[in-house]
Amino acid sequence: MSKFDFPTSILSRPVYGTLEPRPGAAHLFIADAHGAEAILDVAGVDTSLMAKAHVIYLPNGEGYGDALRALKPAKYYEGPSYPASVQRIRKAFADAKMGLQVYLAGTEGLIGQAQNEAMQAGIPHTAIQTEHRGSTARRMQCVHCKGITENVETDPFVCAHCGLNLFVRDHYSRRLAAYQGVCIDAEDPGNVPAAKGIYE
Amino acid sequence: MTIQFNDETFRDDYSFYNSDRAIKRFPFPFHEDSYMYSVNMEQHRGGPVDSIYEKRFDVDEHYLSEMRDRAMVLADDPLRCQSLPHMTLAGWDLLELIMVSKSEDYPDLFELHRDGNKWRWINKPMGIDDTFTFLDEATLPYGPMEYITRQAQGDFAVLDQRDDNLWMDAGMITTQADWSLDFDLGMNFFEWHAPVPLAHEKGIFIRALKFLLNIQQGAPARRLNWTMTVNPLLDTSPENYHKWGVQKTEIAPENLGSKQHLRVELQTFFRLPRSNALVFPIRCYLCSFQDLMTVPKWGRRLHRVIRDLPEELATYKGFIDNRPMMLDYLSKFDDGQPTSDGIWPDLETEPALKK
Amino acid sequence: MSGAEKIAVKVTDVVPLNDLVTRFKFERTDGGLLPTFSGGAHTVVEMNDGGITRLNPYSLMSDPMDQSAYTISVRRDDEGRGGSLFMHKQVKVGDEMVISYPVNLFSLDLRARKHLFIAGGIGITPFLAQVKQLERFNGNWELHYSCRSEALGSYVGELTDHHPNETHIYYDDQKQMIDLAHLLDGQPLGTHVYVCGPKGMIDWVRKTAAAEGWPREAIHYEEFLAPQPGKPFEVKLAISNKIIQVGESESLLEAMEREGVDAPYLCRGGACGQCETDVIDYSGNFIHRDHWLDDAEHSSGKKIMPCVSRFEGKTLVLDR
Repeated sequence: MSKFDFPTSILSRPVYGTLEPRPGAAHLFIADAHGAEAILDVAGVDTSLMAKAHVIYLPNGEGYGDALRALKPAKYYEGPSYPASVQRIRKAFADAKMGLQVYLAGTEGLIGQAQNEAMQAGIPHTAIQTEHRGSTARRMQCVHCKGITENVETDPFVCAHCGLNLFVRDHYSRRLAAYQGVCIDAEDPGNVPAAKGIYE
Repeated sequence: MTIQFNDETFRDDYSFYNSDRAIKRFPFPFHEDSYMYSVNMEQHRGGPVDSIYEKRFDVDEHYLSEMRDRAMVLADDPLRCQSLPHMTLAGWDLLELIMVSKSEDYPDLFELHRDGNKWRWINKPMGIDDTFTFLDEATLPYGPMEYITRQAQGDFAVLDQRDDNLWMDAGMITTQADWSLDFDLGMNFFEWHAPVPLAHEKGIFIRALKFLLNIQQGAPARRLNWTMTVNPLLDTSPENYHKWGVQKTEIAPENLGSKQHLRVELQTFFRLPRSNALVFPIRCYLCSFQDLMTVPKWGRRLHRVIRDLPEELATYKGFIDNRPMMLDYLSKFDDGQPTSDGIWPDLETEPALKK
Repeated sequence: MSGAEKIAVKVTDVVPLNDLVTRFKFERTDGGLLPTFSGGAHTVVEMNDGGITRLNPYSLMSDPMDQSAYTISVRRDDEGRGGSLFMHKQVKVGDEMVISYPVNLFSLDLRARKHLFIAGGIGITPFLAQVKQLERFNGNWELHYSCRSEALGSYVGELTDHHPNETHIYYDDQKQMIDLAHLLDGQPLGTHVYVCGPKGMIDWVRKTAAAEGWPREAIHYEEFLAPQPGKPFEVKLAISNKIIQVGESESLLEAMEREGVDAPYLCRGGACGQCETDVIDYSGNFIHRDHWLDDAEHSSGKKIMPCVSRFEGKTLVLDR
């Protein structure tokens, strides 16, 4: 099951929807892992979409590549990781014109980083469609050392850069494509509660 | 009047102090014996003589020391001052607003001489005498916002206005009540206020935003906000929370009066003309409990406000653990007598504490 | 206290441009400098028209950095309620008037990679100030300006002389039309489109851009709404405890002001939302004309914008 109902939270926390076909001269899809299911769904709603589509897919070990290729998008790329693909994503935005529709699907980390690229290219964030699928792990910024820790699944967690014990906030920055992590034992050094799942 | 500037620190040995004059003009934020959020806005057009409301940008005895502290914060962490590329024009607007206001309101301290775009700015307390070309960044040592806010007390959030919202797209934030400019940069009004409890449910931010979007040129507004800080620490940043957080646990009954500070923000709002942005100066004033208690009205009222504050607010403002100890201290200054309306000390008319 | 801050000015120039449009120049009465402003801002001009106070918004068209004077252009509206006729027929050089501080409800999005301006007729005025602002900062812009005829093409000469590459002119009487679908197609990512002109033109640009997949935030528009005359009607004001009559050629807002009721306002053109008023009770039909309330609010019978909207029916009770 790749869908997850996130609990209602504060207003800075991203809310994800369901991809729907929209009018536009070109369509750019960026997805990772189970995000492919969302592309398959929306392509089923409007079968003409793929003729003008550029699909960038990062399988991360999931086997949706053949199904996506079978949709016959105008352009298809499969990449081994986000960092390996980011230059290609930037080129896609640099070449794009007004009217481009952007569809992002998969993990929060992928959606957030791709959304950030789209915004830097001049697309308002509200015009970018997103659908969460798959892992609920978070991309966290340590507010102290500014380092990003990827794929955080527990609260608290240890910053991969400075080693502080951080608690996981729902406060989210689109500019950093990350949630905020704050030192949990600042007022009582060493008193770190046992880690549990973020949504437990 | 001539201001005698204090030589003091807001870190390490905490030599910060308020003179009698500074205590008397402290912006006590409670106009009645209880507190709840409200959109408590009013026009910012002067106020009682020598009050913090009198001038557009208040300059007080802490000026030079606060500017020294800001320079130290920026040397450690330059990300406390950021401006997205489209906000440069708003930075020039802010530079003009502060230079014009200060040179008109404090002619003995600041001078501005303009000949077309050729400007000369003299800041006597800081020993600055710079000539530059208005709207030409190359003629200043920093960007316009950073240049002028290194010379102005308080934090400055510069908000872009578009799509019926305000966007935190630039700022100089070194005396903040535990929020990070680097993290909140680029957020809209509802997003950067997202962590605040209770106020969203009460519709406070919807009404506040509507008010702020309609602030017009020549008609600035203001309000007070408050929190608590242990030690006179200006830079209570989330960035350094792992360093200063532990100070909250150093409060004890015998040092609470001198260590526990009421932290008040005078928030003002000005429409910026060329950019149509809004600048939101957040000026922080600190006062120790023992200094506040020299004003009988404030002693009575602070006790009642802190005692009756909802738990969520005490938690959000970061003093829920210390509240019982604070109340032990404050109760000694509350003799149950009624208090007069409004924030002013009313020293002549309010009764002395009944022992 | 309603509206923006006021400035006392005198009229220092009146220039008829063509059959319909006259330009007015204002300088401060006290000889001081006027506030700078941002391109797209308007000022509300107070007119004392034979005992009736009219407050009409006009876009500032002068250089936003020029603090010596403001200029506006007024198109004569023979069918309207008389504000523009007053400006054309009564206002002379040397007259003293009161205008408001600049208010901007049509500002540039300074993040835009490119600004695409589409003007119809007198809708050219806010763009004249925006062009001057962008020129100073080497902004990337392009203007498509549609006029009825060469004779009525206000500022065409100035624009084509100074900005021959950026300016594109279309004359209706020569059957020249903006090829909008083609114009919008292929604009670089990060382009913002701005339209000012008649309602039909604004709707056309908004619809076409949306159909081509342009984001809502990249489409900006300002329509010159003037209150339209209509049948007289009666209103009960609950807070003031007054029953007032709204005449044929005055707006509900103006009627409230005439009766000394302090009602907030800013743009007086249905755009800013300041005068939004709650309806307590009604029996009849609203004639909503504003851009502020959405369709659901318009049909709810709970709100009205008294600067431009009217009412026909038996009873109307407002929370004012």
